[in-house]
Amino acid sequence: MSLTRRRFLGWMGAAGAGTLVGRQAEAAANVHFTGYPDSFAVLHDITLCVGCRSCEAACNTVNELPPPNRPFKDLTVLDQHRRTTSKTYTVVNRFQPASQAPKSIFVKKQCNHCLEPACASACFVRAFKKSPEGAVTYDPTVCVGCRYCMVACPFEIPAYEYEKALDPKVMKCTMCHPRVKNGQLPGCVQACPKEALTFGKRKDILNIARERIHKYPQRYIDHIYGESEMGGTSWLYLSSVPFSQIGMREDLGTTPAPELTSGALGAVPIVVGLWPVLLTGIYAITQRKEKVSAEEQRLAVSQAVEHARQSAELDMVRAMEKAEKDKETAIKQAVKKAMDEAVKAQQEVKA
Amino acid sequence: MSDEKSLSVNKALTPFNMVAGIILLIGMVITILRFTGGLAAVSNLTDDNPWGIWIGFDLLCGVALAAGGYVTSAAVYIFGLKRYHSAVRPAILTGFLGYALVVFALHYDVGRPWRLPYPFIVQQGTTSLLFEVGACVALYLTVLFIEFTPAVMEWLGLKRARTIVVRLTMLLTIFGVVLSTLHQSSLGALYLIAPSKLHPLWYSTYLPVYFFVSSIIAGLSMVLFESTLSHHYFSHKMDKTHLAEADNVTLGFGKAASLVLAGYFTIKIIGIAIADNWHYLTTGYGAWFLLELLGFVALPCLMYAVGVRDRNVKLIRWTAGWTILGIVLNRLNISLIAFNWQLPSSQRYVPHWMEIMVSVFIVTIGILIFRFIVTRMPIMYEHPDYHSH
Ligand code: SF4
Ligand code: SF4
Ligand code: SF4
Repeated sequence: MSLTRRRFLGWMGAAGAGTLVGRQAEAAANVHFTGYPDSFAVLHDITLCVGCRSCEAACNTVNELPPPNRPFKDLTVLDQHRRTTSKTYTVVNRFQPASQAPKSIFVKKQCNHCLEPACASACFVRAFKKSPEGAVTYDPTVCVGCRYCMVACPFEIPAYEYEKALDPKVMKCTMCHPRVKNGQLPGCVQACPKEALTFGKRKDILNIARERIHKYPQRYIDHIYGESEMGGTSWLYLSSVPFSQIGMREDLGTTPAPELTSGALGAVPIVVGLWPVLLTGIYAITQRKEKVSAEEQRLAVSQAVEHARQSAELDMVRAMEKAEKDKETAIKQAVKKAMDEAVKAQQEVKA
Repeated sequence: MSDEKSLSVNKALTPFNMVAGIILLIGMVITILRFTGGLAAVSNLTDDNPWGIWIGFDLLCGVALAAGGYVTSAAVYIFGLKRYHSAVRPAILTGFLGYALVVFALHYDVGRPWRLPYPFIVQQGTTSLLFEVGACVALYLTVLFIEFTPAVMEWLGLKRARTIVVRLTMLLTIFGVVLSTLHQSSLGALYLIAPSKLHPLWYSTYLPVYFFVSSIIAGLSMVLFESTLSHHYFSHKMDKTHLAEADNVTLGFGKAASLVLAGYFTIKIIGIAIADNWHYLTTGYGAWFLLELLGFVALPCLMYAVGVRDRNVKLIRWTAGWTILGIVLNRLNISLIAFNWQLPSSQRYVPHWMEIMVSVFIVTIGILIFRFIVTRMPIMYEHPDYHSH
């Protein structure tokens, strides 16, 4: 625990500078950061999904995840609303909104690869990175396992290997980053038999989505989920029903996660800079007060002492005077007595 | 000789020691399970609920309740309230132990505890509030340790070294207040990133301010509470100054706590007003929130004030206990009860008994170390060879 003060100030400075730079960049560009220009995205057209779970199976294979408890062909699992786990990066759930009854709607769920990921902003070892290709990647060699990323993710995606004692990892969809870098499609996209998943540049994907809404206004509601949710994501969705009816939150807002904490981080340099000055000031004042009161006390004491001395002197003088008087009277009395006695003696002699 | 030995064995076998022994034993077994079977073996943590009571209680409550150290040393050394001098050492000691135990507890919670230094030595995630918390807690633990060393040095008779540290008091105090301000508030700011998961009545952009202000309340109340307990159990260890100053400390701290609670209450109300969250107050969560705000903020504020007015030391002490419960309630509300309120109840978190046992185990270790130290080192009294600085 031998951290030097300089190092600490370095960190504090870094934290402060980080936020400052972020703000400056924003201010300079005068537009919001909307991700790497040529990054990829996937469009999930929910209206096309038939819930066959081919994507789940493909994801399991390409990521070499452990075999599932029930085979991917078993469609009864669709009835539960599942979330991603450490053994499944993606799940398909079935919804039956009243407005569409008796039709079922199937929705695929995986990491949305946010443009400004909450998980990355929350991680205190920078284990997550938004890659220029679009994927939010995870580095298990530095992860401490604090699970703050899981607290932070608004889509409830990252999962943890709680059952591992020595090398537990955070697990989530990689957007098949290694495959994409090799020029291959993500496993799930490639496996989808209905083209409910489309892979491409995010710019193009957004255009495709807009075109579909434009062409089939009856088929789609007029909203591309992920275009601006939490600052935008690399996984985009089209739907025929409001997203809140199919298990997707519509109350997340458009503020990117890092902005939620930038104010608190920005306060760090202020506290570090101002507090010591303020506290030293207060200290100086109390010291001064104490000094003044100590001085006053000293003065009061010396005055009291002086006073006491003077009054003691006075008493002394008085006492002396009194003693003088007493002495005089005593002498007088003694003389008188002696005289009396002498007179008496004389009288006695005469008699 | 053998008589004496059996006597001391008998003396060691008090009911308290036996219960503590059993807790330690269970704790050690769970520790083994935790580090051989992983978190799943001993906890109810899930992917939806990544943080349980080890964060909600051990970290959040632990750090808040260990605030007595910085609050007291700031009061005495910076604000010049010298007459509370005798309260400093016990407060620093509990602060130091509190933080040390918080760090110890984190070793159970994080997946790979041996990597805890990574954020400092491998890669700094400076955008993370957890990084700020970690850096400040690590540094503050060091500060508290240095602040505490004079007691150890007096005990060991190291006069020269003691003088050097005592000279640093002022610097250490300021450094401690800065670090405490930062990490106490950052603990609240941790939740700023999850507005979609924390109930709006508890979520607020003021969370860092709330956490900082309530940590002052927690610190003051903890000093009062501890002094009550210490008077009960260790009064034979206290010197005349300590005993004579005790009532003074109680009244002064009680008054301060009442004032800060009033401020805290006000900013909480302002928070609701600004976010226009009034309508939530009529819901079930609203009732729970009002219980916290009225029962554990407004009420103790009043009780402290009455206690100070009537010079009723007993009332102040009871209020301190009540206030501490309120702080614990607040931290648990934010980390567990109002967190993930959007999830169906089947996916909500309830702690596993082994998680609770680990927390009890850690608190027990704290009490035992505290007892070991105060019965040996000059904490509750001034060492005859040294004058107060
Ligand atoms: S969806 Fe969650 S895990 Fe995926 S990038 Fe966004 S914040 Fe991170
Ligand atoms: S669990 Fe790992 S990846 Fe997640 S925030 Fe903590 S250190 Fe970062
Ligand atoms: S992109 Fe790759 S990792 Fe992500 S869900 Fe699809 S197959 Fe799985």
